[in-house]
Amino acid sequence: MSSLAVQKVPSAAGTTGTAQGRPPLRNRIALVPTITLLLGAIYCLLPVAWVVIASTKSGSELFSTFTFLPGTGFMDNLTDLSAYRDGIYWQWMGNSALYAGLGALLSTCVSAFSGYALAIYRFRGREAIFNVLLAGVLMPPVILAVPQYLLLAKADLTDSYLSVLLPQILSPYGVYLARIYAAAAVPADIVEAGRMDGASEWRIFTRIALPMMVPGLVTVFLFQFVAVWNNFLLPYIMLSDDERFPITLGLFTLLEQGANTPALYTLVITGAFLAVIPLVALFLVIQRFWSLDLLSGAVKS
Amino acid sequence: MPNTKRSRLFKVAASAVAVTLGATALAACGSEDKDSAAESGPASLTYWTWTPGMDKVVDLWNKGPGKKDQITVTVKKQASGDTLVTKILTAHKAGKAPDLVQAEYQALPTLVSNDALADIAKNVGDAKDKFAEGVWQQTTLGTDAVYAVPQDIGPMMFYYREDLFKKYKLTVPTTWEQFAGTARQLKKVAPDKDLTTFSANDSGLFAGLAQQAGAKWWTTSGDKWKVGIDDPATEKVAKFWGDLVKEGAVDNQPMYTPAWNKAINTGKQIAWVSAVWAPGTLNTAAPDTKGKWAMAPLPQWSNSENVTGSWGGSSTAVTTDSQHKAAAAKFAAWLNTDGDALNALAKEGGIYPASSSAQLSGAFTTPPDYFSNQPDFYGQAAKIAKTTAPSAWGPNVNVAYTSFKDAFGAAAKDKSDFTAALKTMQDATVTDMKKQGFEVSE
Repeated sequence: MSSLAVQKVPSAAGTTGTAQGRPPLRNRIALVPTITLLLGAIYCLLPVAWVVIASTKSGSELFSTFTFLPGTGFMDNLTDLSAYRDGIYWQWMGNSALYAGLGALLSTCVSAFSGYALAIYRFRGREAIFNVLLAGVLMPPVILAVPQYLLLAKADLTDSYLSVLLPQILSPYGVYLARIYAAAAVPADIVEAGRMDGASEWRIFTRIALPMMVPGLVTVFLFQFVAVWNNFLLPYIMLSDDERFPITLGLFTLLEQGANTPALYTLVITGAFLAVIPLVALFLVIQRFWSLDLLSGAVKS
Repeated sequence: MPNTKRSRLFKVAASAVAVTLGATALAACGSEDKDSAAESGPASLTYWTWTPGMDKVVDLWNKGPGKKDQITVTVKKQASGDTLVTKILTAHKAGKAPDLVQAEYQALPTLVSNDALADIAKNVGDAKDKFAEGVWQQTTLGTDAVYAVPQDIGPMMFYYREDLFKKYKLTVPTTWEQFAGTARQLKKVAPDKDLTTFSANDSGLFAGLAQQAGAKWWTTSGDKWKVGIDDPATEKVAKFWGDLVKEGAVDNQPMYTPAWNKAINTGKQIAWVSAVWAPGTLNTAAPDTKGKWAMAPLPQWSNSENVTGSWGGSSTAVTTDSQHKAAAAKFAAWLNTDGDALNALAKEGGIYPASSSAQLSGAFTTPPDYFSNQPDFYGQAAKIAKTTAPSAWGPNVNVAYTSFKDAFGAAAKDKSDFTAALKTMQDATVTDMKKQGFEVSE
C-alpha cells in the first residue's frame, strides 16, 4: 500500500502544474494532500530506512552507534546469513517465492474464472454464492488457519508444500475484485456479439474477456502475492519441517532460539531487508500495468 | 479436558470453512497415507526442538546407540516460546503431534492437562538420580508419573560490573535489603546511573524471584487447584521492586530493547538479575564490556537462607500421539543423561545441563568466554544450581504470564502500586482456570 501512496504524489503534483487559471487557489488546495501524502510516505518509509541501515551494521555496532548511521558490516552479515545452517535462508527465500508466486498465480486463475462467471452468467444461486464470498472477505484468514489445519490433517497433507498452497488458492477478496472488474470492463454486448459470431464460451472468455480483465487480475495477483509472502500463521501451524518454511517463519525461528541463546538480531534484520527486495521489485515491474489500469479508467469516464 | 465450549466453537468454525475448502479436501483424499508405514520394527521419530545445533547432537545418536537399536530421530527445528505450546496442542488435536517435543518446565502442566504428554516413568525411571530433586520434581508434577526428562536449567544469579562497583565503592549485595541499599547508594554517587531495571517484558524473571522467596503459584489439593499468585511471598517481592521503582532507585524500562542493550553496554546500568545463560545475552547486548562483569549468587531474603529461583530451562517429552513411546523415551533419557550427548549439547546448543554430573565436566570446566575473568564461573554456578527452590507450575501459566506483562508493564511505567498489579494477575489467572473448567478453591 505504501508504494501506491508514494506513486500518487507526483501525479497529484502534475495535475496542478498543468491546470491553468487561478493558480494560487489551486496551489493552496494541493498543498494539504501533498503534505498528507508526504507524511504518510515518511511514516511508511522510515521503518524501511531503519531496516536498510540496520542491516549494514555489525553485531557490535547495532545497538551502540547512532540509529541512522550506516555501519560497516553488511557484507559480513550477508556472509553470516548465507552460512547459517548451510544457507537455509536461501531455501526459505525459495520456498516463499514458490508459495507466493505459484499460490498467487493459481489464486488469480481461480479468481478470473469465478469472477467472470459471476459477472456474466445468470444462474440460480448466483447472488447467494456471491454473498457467501462477501462474508468470506470479511472473515480474517487467521481464524481459518486452525480449522484448515485440522481438515488437512485428516487428509494427511500437513507439513507439505501443498498444505500451505491449497488453502491460499481460493481468495474471496480476489474473486470479489475479479467480479467487480469483469462487470465493469467486459460489456455484455461484446460477449453477446461473440456468441452471435459462433464463438464458444471458452473462446469468448480467453480471447475477448480475459485481455480486458488483465489490469484487474494484475491487482488480484499482487494482493495475493503480498498476502502469501507476508503470511505467518497458516504456514506456522501447517509446517514443522524447517526446510519447507517460508521466510517469515524462518526469521521467527532465528529470533526465538530459547532463553539461553541470544536472538540473532543482525541475521534477522539482514534477512528481513533481503525479504523486502522481491516485493519492491515486483511492484516496480508490475507498475506499468497499473498505469494502464488508471488510463483505461480515465478513457471510460 | 472439560473444555466443551471451546471445542463447540471449533466445530462451528470448521464446518463453516468446510464449504470453502470442499474442493481442497476432495483433491486431498486421493493422496496416499505415507505415515502408516511406521508400525513395527525400526522406529523413525520426529523431534520438535528449538535448541540450536540439535541436529548435530541427534546425529551422534543416529550413528551410535540409535543405529544399534534401529531408532532414527529427525530434528524439526522450531521457534521457542508459548506459540510452540499452542502449535503442539493444535497438532495433538489432529493426532499429529511429533514423537518428541522440547517443552519449558512451566508448559508441562498445560500439555499434560490437554493429555498431550505420555507418562514415561517405566522407561526413564533410572534417570532420576542424575538430577537435583527440585529439577526432577518439575517433570513429575508431584505425581508418580514422569512426563519429561529435564534438559537444561536456568538457576538465577546476580551479574554486576566489577570495575564500576569498585569505582563507586559499592559492595556486592548478599541480601535484598543490601541490594536496595546499593541501588540508593549508586543514585547518590552517580545520579544518572541505575543499578538495574525492573522489566515486565519477561514474566520468567518475576516468577523466578517469587520462587526464590518461597512462592507457590499453583498447588493442588484433591481435585481442586489453588492459585497463590498473590501469596505473601510474591507480595513481598512485588512490593520490594515496586518501592524501588517508585522512589527511582532502579530504572523502570523494559530489558532486551535497543535502549537496554545500550544502557548495559555503556555502563548506564551496572547490574542485572539474570540466570546462568546470561553470558550469551551479555555477549550480544554488551559486546564492549566483555571481561568487566562478574557473577555472584542472588541476594537472599534473610542472611540464613541460601536459595535461588530459576528462569528458563526446558525438558524433553514424549507425546501421546507417538507410535513408539518406549523408543522415544529411550532417546530422551540418552539425550539428557549421556556424557557425550550433554557435551555436544553444551557445545552446539549452548545449554546449561540439568544433569548434575554434567555441570562440572566437559565444556563447563572452563568459564564462558565473556567471563574469562572469573575462572570458577561454572564451579560457582553448579553450587548455586543445587540451591534452586522447588517450583509449582499450573495449567495456564501462559495466561498468568500475559497478565503479568500487561499489569506490571503498566505499573512499572506509571510507577504505581505493584501489589494491585499482582491482584490483577491473580484474578485473571483464576478466572481463566474457571473458564477452562478447572475446579479452583478460593
